[in-house]
Amino acid sequence: MVPLIEFTDKGLFCRQGDFYIDPWQPVDRAVITHAHSDHARWGSKSYLCHHLTKPLLQLRLGDNVYESVDWNEPVYMNGVSVSLHRAGHIIGSAQIRVEYQGEVWVASGDYKTEDDGISGAFEPVKCNAFITESTFGLPIYKWKKQAEIYSNITDWVVQNNAAGKTSVLIAYSLGKGQRVLEPLANTGLPIFAHGAVWNVHETLINNGWKLPTIQRVEPTTPKELLIGNIVVAPPSADGTPWMKKFYPYSVGVCSGWMQVRGNARRRNTDAGFALSDHADWDGLLSAVKATGAEKVFATHGFQAAFSRYLNEAGIEAAEVKTAFGTEDEDTKSEDAKEATNEELLNGDAEPTEELETDLI
Amino acid sequence: MEQFAELVGILGTSTKTNAKLDALQQFFASAPDKDKVWVIAIFSGRRPKRIVNSTILQNWCIEIVNIEPWLFVECYHTVGDLGETMALLLPEPSDADLRTADQTLSWYLETFIRIEKADEATKKEFVTSSWRQLNQTEKFVFNKLITGNFRIGVSQTMMVNALSKIVAVSPSVIAHRISGNWDPMTTDFDNLLSETDVSADFSKPYPFYLAYAVEGTELENLGDVHEWQAEWKWDGIRGQMIKRNDELFVWSRGEELMTDKFPEYDAIKDLLPQGVVIDGEIISLSVPAETGIFKPLPFAALQTRIGRKTITKKQLTEAPVGFIAYDLLEYQHQDIRNSSLEDRRKLLEVIIREVNHPVMHISPVVTANSWDELREIRTGSRDMGSEGIMLKRKNSIYQTGRKRGDWWKWKIDPLTIDAVMIYAQKGSGRRSNLYTDYTFAVRDGDKLVSFTKAYSGLTDKEFAQVDSFVKRNSIEKFGPVRTVKPELVFEIAFEGIAASNRHKSGVALRFPRMSRWRQDKKPDEINTLDDLKELLNTYNQTGKTGDVNL
Repeated sequence: MVPLIEFTDKGLFCRQGDFYIDPWQPVDRAVITHAHSDHARWGSKSYLCHHLTKPLLQLRLGDNVYESVDWNEPVYMNGVSVSLHRAGHIIGSAQIRVEYQGEVWVASGDYKTEDDGISGAFEPVKCNAFITESTFGLPIYKWKKQAEIYSNITDWVVQNNAAGKTSVLIAYSLGKGQRVLEPLANTGLPIFAHGAVWNVHETLINNGWKLPTIQRVEPTTPKELLIGNIVVAPPSADGTPWMKKFYPYSVGVCSGWMQVRGNARRRNTDAGFALSDHADWDGLLSAVKATGAEKVFATHGFQAAFSRYLNEAGIEAAEVKTAFGTEDEDTKSEDAKEATNEELLNGDAEPTEELETDLI
Repeated sequence: MEQFAELVGILGTSTKTNAKLDALQQFFASAPDKDKVWVIAIFSGRRPKRIVNSTILQNWCIEIVNIEPWLFVECYHTVGDLGETMALLLPEPSDADLRTADQTLSWYLETFIRIEKADEATKKEFVTSSWRQLNQTEKFVFNKLITGNFRIGVSQTMMVNALSKIVAVSPSVIAHRISGNWDPMTTDFDNLLSETDVSADFSKPYPFYLAYAVEGTELENLGDVHEWQAEWKWDGIRGQMIKRNDELFVWSRGEELMTDKFPEYDAIKDLLPQGVVIDGEIISLSVPAETGIFKPLPFAALQTRIGRKTITKKQLTEAPVGFIAYDLLEYQHQDIRNSSLEDRRKLLEVIIREVNHPVMHISPVVTANSWDELREIRTGSRDMGSEGIMLKRKNSIYQTGRKRGDWWKWKIDPLTIDAVMIYAQKGSGRRSNLYTDYTFAVRDGDKLVSFTKAYSGLTDKEFAQVDSFVKRNSIEKFGPVRTVKPELVFEIAFEGIAASNRHKSGVALRFPRMSRWRQDKKPDEINTLDDLKELLNTYNQTGKTGDVNL
């Protein structure tokens, strides 16, 4: 019997419903978990996503055929019921529930179990088979409470301000770029943003989101306005000539990878904050258990270790290779960085890579 | 401990020297005196003996965290540091009240010493209860102190400079004060750093003066060749020989007391005059009786003597150790580092002549009338068993630490061989979770034969690219090691080659590193085992001077 979801070279495929989930090659029908570029790729004929994701896909992929649905609003495709459930990763991020003749599969996409206040609270969905991410699938990854990390970030900002330095906070333009704004706004200091962050911000504001005010860094922005204040920029801007304007500055990186000192040192960053939009080890385990799944497939990250652990804990699991956050993204983003330096100078570029693996 | 953990945090992650200096000064200005003494001790390589080995420590952690050993190993390979892995895995203190007190750094270190000989249960109780009380950053520091490899981003020079600002004593005096034999348990801060020597420790060496590298093309910038003293650069262990109060002390540059390791030095103890300190090279030599002129043996010979507690007669005859004198720092109990090299050399020549013993030699001066002539002479370095030429300004004083201007090392070009990468392993520290440690092979007919490992020489960007290649082209996984498709070719540079049975190839290299990534070469264009053997033969013909059986 053909499984309800197959792992093909184009991505996760439901043969019965004839659709793909987050395909990495163009297909006829794509169901999209969230708007990050390793999950929402260009070229498919039609896209199904959540209402909140649609404007973000339009921003990133341009005009296409989009169909959007609400949470838990089933769409039927050749007898297969497809519904979207909150994943808590970024705004609009969804787990995809697929049901056919009483059998339920859930593809998690990226998720986190701690509610960040803007991405929606992760909803555990009962299923027979669960395809889970495992980006941080090792027990060394245990996040501190976000309130504690936020206060570390704001302490750092205040300290920089006192020393007359600009705080350049590196955060993904979609996700942490919004998540960190509220704690940053509490410092009372003006927040400036790279064009990529600003574009996402505008899109969300135009779609009714209430977010703290930010100002775009323009070529004409006077240097004096920036001193001691805050700049939010995507990873691809880190270390480019675009940053020169903020001197003297201190760079802080928000990423789960900052949990390990070696990564922070390699990035030559002044401060690392282990703030992630992915579930940590405990989060992954609790999510897997809450689904009650008889079979678990672990994808991107430490899938080998995580699936072995699950098997030993009595949960049948297998690792699946996908093109999400693959290990060679590093070189690609390096290339992207070079190609876009020119545009970054003007703050116009849309960073091509939004993966956390960008930071490895 | 909190304050020290914070200091280590800044030293370990900051990339800016000023930020590190500030943090050190801040620490020395505000920490308790006892903690300051211990920080000086730790950062100058004087840490307490480790109380448990890392396997036992690891097992205690595994037991508390309750995971399978394989998962611990997986985590360790990702983090690349044992102390940090354990700090990340162990739970945070559940209740802040559990902290009995904010124990100081010195309290922890002195407890290590106190329980060093205690039974394992006592040690376990101490370690696990400390783990329960310390937060993650403190636990990391605590673990590093126990495992004993405290390599963080601070040099002894930087620490000395920070101290100098706080206590207003010159850096060279501080460097001297904190060298030699002293016990952090019984030394107090004020005595350690006082300008006047209160407790006479006559074993104390001076800080070494070290040279930066110079390129052959830059020589003309140094001025007239006659203002310079040229010597061969010998390849042993830099050392200081001290004779005071009828006692002899030989220190390595790593401030390890080596007097007892090399019984050869006994013979010259009574021949040396009182109150002298000689800078020189601890090196394996053969001295044919007919000429009396020494010839250095390859570094591999000295290696057979290092780290051995008992020395066999065979080792003594096969790898005899001598001392090549470079400079005189103390004469008739007077510190003469501020007189000129020319004057110091004259005194040194007299001393060595009067010692007149085959263990003790003076480093001969190489004379040349032009830089070009010296360039010509340098091409014979390998034949001399030397690594190149040292240049010292004749009127230079003996400075402290690595300084530009008066002393330069002018090394010979390394030997190179093109090889293909066949295994890769993840690195540690800032290379954790990146495949940066590689094993290389040369061709032998249709087989590949591994001959060396190398970890350095590539840029961060190149490492990232090779890492990505390894992840995509692994053939097999053996624990942390991945077998990689033999495709990437590198030029391996090294300083020397000797016969060895540790590698299948039968050779061992000295200081191997990747000098270039040969993206222009295919794996079938690499060097062969025969090429490698030819290098070994050439080197042995010229470098071999005794009947060393390596």
